[in-house]
Formats: sequence, structure tokens, C-alpha cells
Amino acid sequence: MAKQIKFVQGNEACVEAAIYAGLDFFAGYPITPSTEIAELLSQRLPRKGGKFIQMEDEIASICAIIGASLTGHKVMTATSGPGFSLMQEGLGYAIMAEIPCVIVNVQRGGPSTGLPTHGSQGDVYQARWGTHGDHAIIAMTASSHQDLFQITVEAFNLAETYRTPVILLFDEGIGHMRERLVLPEKGEIPLVERLRTAVKGGVDFHPYLPREDGRLPMADFGGIHRYNVTGLYHDMWGFPSDSPPIVHGLIRHLVDKIHNNVNHIARYKEYHLEDADNIFISYGSAARSALHVVKSQRKKGERLGLLELQTLWPFPYDLVREKCARARFVLVVEMNMGQIVLEVKRAVEKPDRVVLANRVDGVFITDADIRNTLRIIEGKGV
Amino acid sequence: MAVKDYIRERFFPHMWCPGCGHGIVLNSMLRAIDALGLSKNEIVMVSGIGCSSRISGYVDFHSLHTLHGRALAFATGVKLSRPELNVIVPMGDGDALAIGGNHFIHAARRNIDLTAVVMNNRIYGMTGGQYSPLSGQGILATTAPYSNIDSDFDVVDLASAAGATFVARTTTYHARQITDLLKAAILHEGFSVVEVMSQCPTYFGRKNRLGSAVDMVERFKKITTPIGSKAKREHPELIERGIFVQKETTEYCSAYDDVIEKAMKGN
Repeated sequence: MAKQIKFVQGNEACVEAAIYAGLDFFAGYPITPSTEIAELLSQRLPRKGGKFIQMEDEIASICAIIGASLTGHKVMTATSGPGFSLMQEGLGYAIMAEIPCVIVNVQRGGPSTGLPTHGSQGDVYQARWGTHGDHAIIAMTASSHQDLFQITVEAFNLAETYRTPVILLFDEGIGHMRERLVLPEKGEIPLVERLRTAVKGGVDFHPYLPREDGRLPMADFGGIHRYNVTGLYHDMWGFPSDSPPIVHGLIRHLVDKIHNNVNHIARYKEYHLEDADNIFISYGSAARSALHVVKSQRKKGERLGLLELQTLWPFPYDLVREKCARARFVLVVEMNMGQIVLEVKRAVEKPDRVVLANRVDGVFITDADIRNTLRIIEGKGV
Repeated sequence: MAVKDYIRERFFPHMWCPGCGHGIVLNSMLRAIDALGLSKNEIVMVSGIGCSSRISGYVDFHSLHTLHGRALAFATGVKLSRPELNVIVPMGDGDALAIGGNHFIHAARRNIDLTAVVMNNRIYGMTGGQYSPLSGQGILATTAPYSNIDSDFDVVDLASAAGATFVARTTTYHARQITDLLKAAILHEGFSVVEVMSQCPTYFGRKNRLGSAVDMVERFKKITTPIGSKAKREHPELIERGIFVQKETTEYCSAYDDVIEKAMKGN
């Protein structure tokens, strides 16, 4: 069978991937530049017997998907900056109660209402620390529609594997740009389905007692096991507790299940790192411009390489340190005032050799912007 | 079955103060569920945050103790994804109508088949006695030391105006009526609201010199009357009890089934 090829927006590629991954419940609220995801899913989900609901706000949207996840469904919501701010409360709940869900943030310029129709990568730290309290989080991104498809499917897989919300941090550029997408065939990308408990009815089921491998099998609401789910610290039955050993054990579990698996969660692409003098580190749409500079300067004999991060959180410190070990300079290319650059500085042995190449005026970062920074650090002037 | 067959004894004693009305609501609710013969596996209890919201932990159903004010939003996700489940949503007055007010009116507008129980003690108990949107003017609270100037909502009027298709009110004095109203509310196909006026002797009662818990419960008998009673005509200040709205209109999940049918035909 010939491959199905589409020419689509990034937001549409996200929808295709979510359906491929088994999404069957979506709740959302209209907001630029993510609205197409809701529009398309309102059309697509009922066709397969799934459910779409437009809620009264983003707070309600994330709450509704958490409720639907508990009945055994794969769920998603999509939003942008201001809506993502409103979702932080529900995001923390999903982390604490360990409910699989996927939250798409098609980033626009901020703070506040900011630049609704322009791209930005300003929410990287919000994804990491936006909800209150200590926690771990998985956040991923992509720079092309083909990758976006793959990463979206993997986001659903990781959400199920680690029983956690996964954030997809796309941006306006990727969300609205049209590009070729080859739809993978069924089975081409493996899917992780919900791990359900094998405990039989009538036997005491401990919904929050991790297995030896750290995983927590679930029981669907409406099934044979009745248990309590709460955003409070809770014991193995899911009942609220403030007992110090229980509190300590739970926060360690929530953080360790992600941070001990950084290597399993890390997704990245690399271009010409093997002999690179200077290395770009970039992600999302900005990585497209960085890759363009690498390719064009290579033709002129300049040995540049690119490490494109697709998993932003948990940040792959070891990976970045190893890949940058022999670089003279590391240029972090991102469309914000410098967020991932700080993590890269924490990762590498020579943080003073890490430089930011950014653009924050709502205009997509160009190859010229990056080249200018490159010239400055090489002492050539602009 | 006995009422205790519906509770998780492991998690008792409960955390409510002596004299609190919430235990009466819990007991009456379990009697309603027992009378209806519902299977425990078919019931999901979704609550928010506050004294009243702890009710979900004590019952042996699928229980979801969520965020302050958000119970109805979580419940909407549960119900729409598994419409065959009975979803009961106990909430406090601040929980349902201050922080959760927007979710409340929109759930009513959709007419999604949830049973919302507003346990109205007119105060934020868990945080120590602050005024709520149901306290009303002239009430003393820890955040209204000179008496409250905020007007209150009438839960019945608000729910009716927002589109709830079953709206009722009673008090903890009228425990059997709580059971009767909850039975009807659970059976009703659509968004149902049952307001239960409940006593908080610890904060509301003490601040406002309403006497003991027993005095407060007895007061509910004095200040309320059945809907349309002669007493109401003679004393318009009395608060009416009973079923105010009970009408059949299309329920949200069944309307969505029609959407699915339409979408599948167009495939």
C-alpha cells in the first residue's frame, strides 16, 4: 500500500499523531495558536466513537481530561501561553495523582496575552516549574512535522509508561507552518497501552503501591476495584496522609520515576557533531534555522554541528556534557531570553564557553541572526 | 445492605468536628444509594476541596478528591467518557459557588447527568471561618469582623437560571428528605442540584451566636417550610424546601451520542 502523504499544518500533524496513538478523549478551550487542534479533533474524534468537549476554560479542560483518563481513556488537551498558565493547577494534580495525559502548548509570545499570533519558546521553564511544589515533568518538542508526529506518539507512550502528564512544547511557527507529512502505517511506531492491574476482584488493591520496577498498574474507574484518588499526599490506598515516611516516599517516587529514567526519556537528533569545533544546541522551530546555518557554513569549510533536543525535561545533562566535550564554543539557539542555555551551562564542563543566540521580537530566528552571534564569539564583529 | 457496607471503615474516624452537619448528609446519601440498589462499582464520587469534600474518601465507591472548585470539571470528564456511571459530586458552598462558580453554571447549562450536592454551611470551615458567597450580608466571619457586606447567591435560583433540570433544597434537620431528594436527583437524567443547608457549629455557629449544633439544626426547622406552604404565604421570609425544578430535556452525553452517529455517517 502506498504511504499516505499529507501537506499539513503542525497542529494537524499533532492531531494525526494523537489519533494514531489512540487518543479518544479531548477537552479544550479555543486559544491562538493552538485552536486548530481542537477544531480538527471535534471533527475526528466522534468519527471513531471518541469524545470531544469544549470546556468553559482551560482549568476545566485539564480537569476533564484527568477525569476521563481515570476511566481508562487516552486523553489530551491543547492550549497556548495564557491557557497553559491556567492549566498549572491541574497539571500538578495529574503529577501528584499519577494520571496519564498529554498537554500540548503551542507557544506564543509572552508574558500575559503577549503576542498571540507570533512564535516564541518562552514557556520552557514554565513547563518545568509552572506548577507549585517539587516535582518532575516530561516536556518534549520537535522541529519538523514528521518529528512532531513521532514525538506526539511517544508523548502518549511516556505518559502511560510513567503514569504522568507529558507536555508537548510546540510553537507558533511549527503549529501553523505547512509541510509534508508521511503518515506512518499502523504498527510502524509502537504504542504503549495502559498497564492495568492483574489483581482480581475482592482482593485488596493498592493503587499507589509501585511494583519493583517503579510502575503503577491502574484500574479503570467503573471497574471492579474502587479506590481513592487525591491531590493530597496519600498512602498506598490513595488515602490522604501526612505521615512523614509516606510523604517522603511519595515525593521521592514522583521525582525518581522520571529522573532515574532520563536516558530512556531523552530524544534528540544530532548533525555533524563528530568533528564539530562549535556546536549549536537548539530545539523546536529554532533548530531549523540552526540546521540551516550548519549546512551552509559546512559548505564553506566551517566545522559546525547541531544537537537538536527533543526532550527538554528531564534535561539530559549527561548527554549534553558528552556531546559538547570537545567543542570550542556551544551556541544555544532559542527564541526566548535564555532558558535552555542555563541548563546547558549547568551541564558542560566550561560554562563560560556557552553562548546564547536568540531572538525575542516575535520574528522567527533567521540564519543571519545565528551567524551574527557566531561572528561575535569568533571576534569577527557583525 | 447496612449503611456501613458503603463506607471505608479503614479511614474512620472522619475528620469532621463534633456537631458538623456533613455526617448527616453522608448518612442520608448512603441511604438513598442503598434504596436505589445501585452497585458500588457504578458510582463515582467526585469532590473538590474543603470539609465537605472529604466525604468522597469515606465512601466505598470510585472516589476522586480533586482541586478546590474543580469537582464538576473532573466529573464532566468522568461522565462523558463513561456515561453509564452514576457520578455524584458533593461540594461545599465556597467550593461550588465561589472558586467553582463558573464550572457550576456551565455544568448546569450543558445538562450533563451529574448529581451536584451543595453542602451549604455558609462558611469556609477548613480554613477557619471565612465568609463564603452563601454567607450573606450581616454575617460575622473571620474575614468579616465588622459584618459581611457581600450579598449571597440563592443556590436554587442560580442553578435554575443556569439550566439545571433538577433543583431541590432541604436541610440537615430533614434527613429523610435529603434521602428522598437525592434518590430523585440520582435517578434524574440531567444536571441535578440538591442544596442541603448544613450546620458548622465550630465557625459559623460560634461567630454568629447561633448556639449549639442541636440549636442550629433545630433552627433549620424554624426557618424553612415546604414549597408553596401556607406558612410561606404568611411568612415570606421562610426558606422553601422541596423540588423546585424537575424537567426532561436532552441530556448532554446522549446528545453527544447523536453527534457520534452523525459523524460516523459522514465518514
